[in-house]
Amino acid sequence: MDIDALAGCLASPACLVTQTTSGLIIGMLLFLVAVGLTLIFGVLKVVNFSHGAFYMFGAYFAMTAYQLTDSFALAMLCGAAGTALLGLIFERVFMSRVYGADVLMQLLVCYAFVLIFDDVVRMIWGPEFKSMGMPSAFQVPPLFIAGGVVPPYYLLLIGVALAAALVLGLGLARTRIGKVIRAAAHNPGMVSALGINTGLLYGGVFALGGMLAGLGGALAAPVRSLTPGMGFSVLIESFIVTVIGGMGSILGALIGALLIGLIRSFGSLGFPLFTEGLMYLFMVIVLVSRPTGLFGKEVA
Amino acid sequence: MKRTRQPGVSRRATLALMGAGAVTIAAPWVARAQAKTIKIGMPTILSGRVAQLGTSSRNAVLLEVEKVNAAGGLAGRQIEMVIRDSKGQPQEAARVARELVNTDGCEMLFDGEASSGSFAVHEVARDLGVLCIHTCSEASSLTADPKQHIPNAFRCVRQGIHDSIVGGSYAAAIAKAKGLKKWATCSPDYAYGRDTTGEFALYLKRFAPDVEIISESWPKLFQPDYTEVVTKILQAKPQALYTCLWGGDLTSYIDQANIYALFTQMEVFAVNMADYTALTVVKNLPKGIHSGNRYIKTFPKTPENAAWGDAYRAKYNEYPTNWSWQNATAVMLLTEAVKKANSTDGKKVAEALRGLTIKCPFGADGTVTMRAEDNTLVGYAIGWGTTIPQEPYVPEVKAGDWKTIFELEAEWKKSKGYT
Repeated sequence: MDIDALAGCLASPACLVTQTTSGLIIGMLLFLVAVGLTLIFGVLKVVNFSHGAFYMFGAYFAMTAYQLTDSFALAMLCGAAGTALLGLIFERVFMSRVYGADVLMQLLVCYAFVLIFDDVVRMIWGPEFKSMGMPSAFQVPPLFIAGGVVPPYYLLLIGVALAAALVLGLGLARTRIGKVIRAAAHNPGMVSALGINTGLLYGGVFALGGMLAGLGGALAAPVRSLTPGMGFSVLIESFIVTVIGGMGSILGALIGALLIGLIRSFGSLGFPLFTEGLMYLFMVIVLVSRPTGLFGKEVA
Repeated sequence: MKRTRQPGVSRRATLALMGAGAVTIAAPWVARAQAKTIKIGMPTILSGRVAQLGTSSRNAVLLEVEKVNAAGGLAGRQIEMVIRDSKGQPQEAARVARELVNTDGCEMLFDGEASSGSFAVHEVARDLGVLCIHTCSEASSLTADPKQHIPNAFRCVRQGIHDSIVGGSYAAAIAKAKGLKKWATCSPDYAYGRDTTGEFALYLKRFAPDVEIISESWPKLFQPDYTEVVTKILQAKPQALYTCLWGGDLTSYIDQANIYALFTQMEVFAVNMADYTALTVVKNLPKGIHSGNRYIKTFPKTPENAAWGDAYRAKYNEYPTNWSWQNATAVMLLTEAVKKANSTDGKKVAEALRGLTIKCPFGADGTVTMRAEDNTLVGYAIGWGTTIPQEPYVPEVKAGDWKTIFELEAEWKKSKGYT
């Protein structure tokens, strides 16, 4: 434990800025993965254990597109669009068959695909780790805000993730499609009785969830090494986020992800040997005081 | 009444089979001695996260074995390598090693396992008495600890303690020249990371006593994001940073530290940087990272080493790894030992290996030696240098001094109670 370091940091604006942005970056990338997970659970009532694979595919798609076109924007687009398509196919061909089955069966199918997707990546891109490299536009010295260090790429990353959160939140709250999705989460039988194609809706939600995770992977690709199995490590933390925020809640995912990010960044100063444990401890505290998570609704 | 034969195996055939089996198990050496080709078994890691290293070990062995076979084989016997995947799991490595000897009839073993699996294979070698050359495990205790010593096992690998001594003295020289007193460390949180960092710090402080470690970070192995570690180090404002992160973890760390301009704010010593697996993957490799040599075809700067690196690349379309040179050296040593013993008998070859010095492209002075006192490789090229973003990646490597290594290694052994 190093409480002095933590107190010293809290007293210094430079350190506060650096550590807070560092927490935001970790949090926002986590949010993109976790929000898809929570969205799919909210509407489809399926815990998509294979969700990390979309993050992985997003990163690999972005890297390949970047190598072929040398365009960062296209790389991000490919990462997001490619995983959306993959999500749609995955839901229609495989997941839609196990909605009626029990939870163990769904979990088994998802876990099978964790392994299958990892092997697919291994076959296409090879078993060794890869690196996409930072686009030259972002190879610039970091900004100094109140003495704190903030890399420009991370500002973009936070901006894109925030924009995604905003569009998603407003889209669900204000648009007709959003209303239908919320209705389907509440009462799927009634929605389909009203003549809405629930198959398409479910596929669409899965594609959206996949796309967000893919975007997360694409944004992470320039700074994280790409390996088969890279999805699994973010998946565990995403589960913690959804459990803290409340399964099915988008705002919960955002708050949960940011809290985890901040716990990591400040925890590494104050509790360098217990940063991981701190996350789980926090989860336990939340679960004991609010078993449905911070923003989860009681199941009627 | 006519007796009909029951389908399946008769009692007599079963007894015969059991008898034959018993003979084979009881006297495997008899069955083997008659074989014309000589089988060498090799468990190594061919799947999972470090599969690339296992594959590069297999490639190097096959490259050398091809040459030996073309030149007539081992004492007139062609070598047949039997290479199996251990998936990096110690129990699987031990099982595969045993099977290679008992079932496949391998007369010798190359142990292509990382440290964790090598101790398991070592026990198999102790049990079966078969000649075993460890080709990948850098854990010092494997040969330094007299409790581990068996006459039929050898280590043909660089060693953790050698690296720490050379790294510590190199870093101390730079620390003194540039006045680097405040150091930070950042290494993966498992046995290798902790031990290597501890030993490096020990020798750094020994050669430069006024150095102080002001910040330590222990990210977990295979952690995807190091941002909080990077910013923590920036807050501590050290003058130099030591890390023994490796592979994909190291490249992630570099990419993430790069955008914080960490490399312009302190001297960075990354012992595992100068390995082609990492050098060729990092897109924006910062200039001036200090690194130990893992394998690099420009060190030692000899035509033999360069030719070997190029030949490997021509055949496999990628550069060799640290594990490659070690495995190639094992084949070279074995070949010379068989020549010297004029026999492929395991005991005679082991006797010939002990203390054997051979010409080798990876030797500090063009030769390497299998040290007799602890059956371990010495005299290999070892040094540190700084990186540039393109080939040859580490243009100048400052070679470590083997005389100093021997002195400090002896002292270290004594402190550990090994001698």
